[in-house]
Amino acid sequence: MALTVTAIIRIRNLYAVVMLGSIYSLLAAAIFVVLDAVDVAFTEAAVGAGISTVLALGTIALTTSREKPPSHTALLPGIVVLLTGAALIYGTLDLADYGDPDAPIHKHVAPTYLKEGPEKTGIPNVVTIVLAGYRAYDTLGEVVVVFTAGVGVILLLGNWRRRSRRRKGDENV
Amino acid sequence: MYSYLVLRVVAKLLIPFILLFALYVQFHGDFGPGGGFQAGVIFAAAIILYTLIYGLDAANQILPRGLLRFGIALGVLIFGGVGVYDLLVGGNFLDYSVMAEDPVHGQHLGILLVELGVGITVTAVMVNVFFTFAGHLPAEDDSGTDQSRPDEKSADDGKQV
Repeated sequence: MALTVTAIIRIRNLYAVVMLGSIYSLLAAAIFVVLDAVDVAFTEAAVGAGISTVLALGTIALTTSREKPPSHTALLPGIVVLLTGAALIYGTLDLADYGDPDAPIHKHVAPTYLKEGPEKTGIPNVVTIVLAGYRAYDTLGEVVVVFTAGVGVILLLGNWRRRSRRRKGDENV
Repeated sequence: MYSYLVLRVVAKLLIPFILLFALYVQFHGDFGPGGGFQAGVIFAAAIILYTLIYGLDAANQILPRGLLRFGIALGVLIFGGVGVYDLLVGGNFLDYSVMAEDPVHGQHLGILLVELGVGITVTAVMVNVFFTFAGHLPAEDDSGTDQSRPDEKSADDGKQV
């Protein structure tokens, strides 16, 4: 994964970058599978490696396939990134060990969900229960976000102008 | 487009199975991994594959723009409608227990409907975004989207170099 990221930073040809991004998503999906998060891996593989690659390729086809050389040095952004990364890594030091049953996150509501969820809904997949049941508000919000994104793309790139032009053409004929 | 015989045949073989798998992920999401988001994206991927191979016009005949735009809103409406229905029947917003005689059945029904709404919206949005992008490619009027890409690429390369 580190190799992929380095290549993404170095390469200026955006086709290669998009393909490498797709490979990165696939590797991330594999890691999610290893971590037993099958649902997340599923999403990552479908959205990250599949759809977003196609959309990025479409964007490249609409714009240009080569990245412009940077107009200023990468010193300041580099420092900001390194500082943020260091702060984030420092933050992970306080996290509980992976799979630790005594971690706070496993003590709060998770036991209730795991125990009551399947009984109350008759659905064995706890991820679905939490997503569509206990956290249905959040999922509704996500769907509205997707909805808004779709509406935004239609408003920005929809063929409003072309249609009106066609109408004008019809009138002329 | 007509020259890519292998692509056309392979796509024709693959697409029904991709669609079927998407439906499986959609309606089996209660029991295995998956759900509305994943199913919607897989469904959209099948349609996008079809568009890439057979062109935008053929895809638009199956899925007209109006239908897609309707689908974007329909999914959110189903999700929100389930919530409002729960309110009307006498529960809390998105409290599925009141949707059937048996609370367990109600929960199951509610989650199924909600996931269906998610799937419809995600499919419609993804396909619509792709159609909108593809519709802006210059070669759209002739045959399809795929053909325009190599041309675009070479033209861009020429400009940059």
